[in-house]
Amino acid sequence: MEKRHHRKWLGLAALLAVLALVAGACGSDGGDSTSGGDSGGDFRIAIVAPSASNDLAFSQSIVDGVAALTGVSAVDVTDGTFIVDDAAAAIRGYAEEGYDLVIAHGSQYGGSLQEIAGDFPDVAFAWGTSSDTFGLPNVSAYTAASDQGGYVMGSMAASMTNTGIIGVIGPIAVGDAKLYVDGFVNGATESVTGITVNVNYIESFSDVALAAEAAQGHVANGADILTGTAQMVVGATGVAAEHGAKWFGTQSNQTALGTDIVVASQVYKWEAVLQGLVDGIKEGDLGGESHTITLENGGLVIEFNDAVDAGHARSIGEKAIKDISAGLLQTGA
Amino acid sequence: MLGTVPPEEPPRRTVSEGTVQQIVDVSGRFGETRPPMREWLRDRLAWVAGPQLAGLLVPLAAVMAAFLIGAVMILALGANPLEGYWALLKGAFGDVDALADTALKSMPLLLVGVGICIAFRASVINIGGEGQMIAGAIVSTLVALGLPDLPRILLVPLVLIGGLIGGALWGALPGALKAYSGVNEILSTIMLNIVAVQFMNFLLRDPIMDPYEKEHGRLPQTERLSENSDLPLLPGGTRLHVGILVAVAMAGLTYVLLWRTALGYRLRAVGHSAPAARYAGMPVKRTIVAALTLSGAMCGLAGAMLVFGSESHRFVTDGSSVGFTGSAGFNGIVTALFGGLHPLWTIPSSFFFGGLQFGANAMQRAVQVPAALIVGLNGLVVVFVVSSERLRRVVGESLAQGRTIRDERAGEGGSSAAAADGEPA
Amino acid sequence: MGDFFTTASLVFVVGSGIRLATPFLLAGLGEAIGQRSGVLNLGVDGVMLLGAFGAYWTIYETQSPVLGVAVGLGVGLVMGAVYALITVGLRAEQGISGIGIFLFGLGISDLLFQKQVGTPFPIRGFGDLHVPLVADIPKVGEMFFQHSVLVYVAFALVPAVAFLMNRTTFGLNVRAVGENPAAADSLGVSVARVRTTTILLANTLAGLAGAVLSIELGIFQQNLTNGQGFIAIALVYFGAWRPVGVMGGALLFGLVSATVLQWKTLGLVSGAASSLTAMAPAVLTILALVVISRTVGQPAALTRPFERGH
Repeated sequence: MEKRHHRKWLGLAALLAVLALVAGACGSDGGDSTSGGDSGGDFRIAIVAPSASNDLAFSQSIVDGVAALTGVSAVDVTDGTFIVDDAAAAIRGYAEEGYDLVIAHGSQYGGSLQEIAGDFPDVAFAWGTSSDTFGLPNVSAYTAASDQGGYVMGSMAASMTNTGIIGVIGPIAVGDAKLYVDGFVNGATESVTGITVNVNYIESFSDVALAAEAAQGHVANGADILTGTAQMVVGATGVAAEHGAKWFGTQSNQTALGTDIVVASQVYKWEAVLQGLVDGIKEGDLGGESHTITLENGGLVIEFNDAVDAGHARSIGEKAIKDISAGLLQTGA
Repeated sequence: MLGTVPPEEPPRRTVSEGTVQQIVDVSGRFGETRPPMREWLRDRLAWVAGPQLAGLLVPLAAVMAAFLIGAVMILALGANPLEGYWALLKGAFGDVDALADTALKSMPLLLVGVGICIAFRASVINIGGEGQMIAGAIVSTLVALGLPDLPRILLVPLVLIGGLIGGALWGALPGALKAYSGVNEILSTIMLNIVAVQFMNFLLRDPIMDPYEKEHGRLPQTERLSENSDLPLLPGGTRLHVGILVAVAMAGLTYVLLWRTALGYRLRAVGHSAPAARYAGMPVKRTIVAALTLSGAMCGLAGAMLVFGSESHRFVTDGSSVGFTGSAGFNGIVTALFGGLHPLWTIPSSFFFGGLQFGANAMQRAVQVPAALIVGLNGLVVVFVVSSERLRRVVGESLAQGRTIRDERAGEGGSSAAAADGEPA
Repeated sequence: MGDFFTTASLVFVVGSGIRLATPFLLAGLGEAIGQRSGVLNLGVDGVMLLGAFGAYWTIYETQSPVLGVAVGLGVGLVMGAVYALITVGLRAEQGISGIGIFLFGLGISDLLFQKQVGTPFPIRGFGDLHVPLVADIPKVGEMFFQHSVLVYVAFALVPAVAFLMNRTTFGLNVRAVGENPAAADSLGVSVARVRTTTILLANTLAGLAGAVLSIELGIFQQNLTNGQGFIAIALVYFGAWRPVGVMGGALLFGLVSATVLQWKTLGLVSGAASSLTAMAPAVLTILALVVISRTVGQPAALTRPFERGH
């Protein structure tokens, strides 16, 4: 009998330990709810995004963009849905709940959206990054000409490097990442001859350690300027800081990752195309078009970090922005 | 035949046998003898809970306890836990559509779980469900891409068979490595998961990439696969497709395989004691390969169903295995162990976890808590239920007057023999 | 396109491989100790994540890397206590408990990060420690003696753990308990105490492995470990439960990863082939084991709970 009591106490202790661990660590300030914005009219937007909504990268760009919209009464976010089928369930769920606009923020969600959107002809959907609306009148596609910002920053990087070597870290050579990297490489190699751009796709969107080691590799091979895209590059900026290399960011303003090394960031301002979409939906137009944010329409913005003196490079960057906006430069692959 | 494996004789233990020994112990609870009705009625505590009830109430209480901690966390996040849990319940089991979606979420868990039952019963630890699911998805996708014009009545079974074959191959590899090269299967299956992911990415970014995407966005996905390969929907207007029937049938077939066939007997005998099985003249190495092959086949079938039963009817990923499998290759292990490594008990077990996972989406939408909370809560449920197993046994024992000693013995040594030989035979 | 076989390139690959191997090594050493006593812990990755977050958050708040390491160790110790209560105290099934711990760590570390920090702000770690005298040796110094202090700690633990397991009474008891707990018990060794100790050690090392990861990267993110804990478990089998073997496995995996990375940086592989080379560490680990063809049995009582009197 005595042994049995012993066990029960152990069980109770285990329970208490876990409880204390969890409750203790969790308890602090309040809510995560994102409902807000001004209450001009009843217009509800739902966002389904693959990573955390504050990732300083892809997912944060849409959350920030929607937050900047006017005439929206509520925003609900399902983030971290990197599982495609879960995202599909969330998209369908929001559509059933009658949101006015459901945003599927992940190009991998397209195949599912194509099936779902047909079942809810009265709900407006937007998805990106893509330019494909499947010919459905209630689906809008949005994408970023991220090669433009890539080109601008590539040309800046080329004028700043002392070693003549620039390092690029990518996830997998697909979609938005490839677009940005290609633009960056073009910008660097076309503005200064003889520049070496080493591109390393680490074959993962999630391996932070490998991305950091890729940055080490670039530095060891002589790179003094680095850039990278997707959420796993956050570790690479630390490497850049440690070795005094400069960094160019994309998707979101990454100055927070290194205030003294981030020269500039290409920031996605999705509101540039979403505002028109929201206004249109209120008028009864559910979409059916493809939108691209560009430097010209203000959807892409190069945000310079004034704490880093880019010198001559800044004017090169500003000139590139002007030329691209005017359609004078070919940036893509 | 049964007499050739003396269950009482403690055999010399070798590689990985210990692991399964314990797993078999867990499973033993389903074969445990219960005290007759009259005896526990006489028990002075019988009005509180009988051992049978204890068997249900203790794990249930453990789940409740885990959810209670979850409630504290939701409160700390500034949301209403009652509202959250209500959304979870409603989202998972609230109406026909919800039940259908839960069943869909359970399907890969069930198939992987059934595969795990086969492997673990044979003393083989298969942590390669993720890779085997991917392998199954790859082969079945190749079938659909190669024969898109085949009539549906042929193509659907063919893609499912493709899934079985792909998974079987990816399972046979670590099986052969274990049997003939002495490479521990935990190592090889973990490593082969990595290989499968990269192979999937290789295929999806070029050889089988959607031709439209090659020209445009370069997304790592196939084209919309032939409509003739869509898994037919079941009547009722839900998204439920025939896959769920196939999965349940597989659970039934696996039960028959394990307890009604010579191969099943060999699998369990090898699992119980490889040296004894060898002594009895059984082909131990081939049996180990068979265990992982069959286990992989089930996982591969799950992978195929994720492709052909999905909303998108494509093979699509975010570049990781989780993005495609939803960790089913991994969570299926939990599902199987909760089901006591019994294919039929794995059915309700998978439905429980499927409901938890699917309802979690609804909860996240309703009260805006991070998805991470659900993952953590899932872990707590697992920890609490597995920890309560002992308590359940203790409660059961203390209620079963006069049989305490015998049951306690069954808890350690006896039940493993019961599980290997004396399951519902 | 560059040349891989230059001295500078090879020197970098070795240093890089050592850095990549360090978290595997720490977590693997811990797991090896635990398994030697008959305890399988599949929750390593979850404990690593909690340790990584604990260390990151501490440094984020206090700017003290030393405190960060302490918290990483402490989180590991607490998780070890929980795991010991579950598996030794309540004799719960180890495999499934470990998966529960993994899921718990995966979810809770992410949740806490989102709650307490949110944005992956960088933190400052220890910086590289140039070992006096030897660090200045050309090439050799660069490869081996210009790392973070945590890297040296990890490799110093290899002989320490080997000594503990092979030359001390405690190590003898651990192995006895792992092979035949009943016999050990009859000789007066407390199986529960030995296993609790090894579990605490194993999880503390896992917590440290996580701390090393977040401190060296200077960052935390959801699922920072990206499955490294599971690879560490695999490497324990590779190393046949011996500290030196685990180190060999970790170095093999790290060096192959570093080599592939360097190829890609130099533009030697690109495009679709890049995916295929990313398989190399996993494939070579299996192949190496096939070639070595070691048939060492695992601790006989692995995953078996012990109850006196049965």
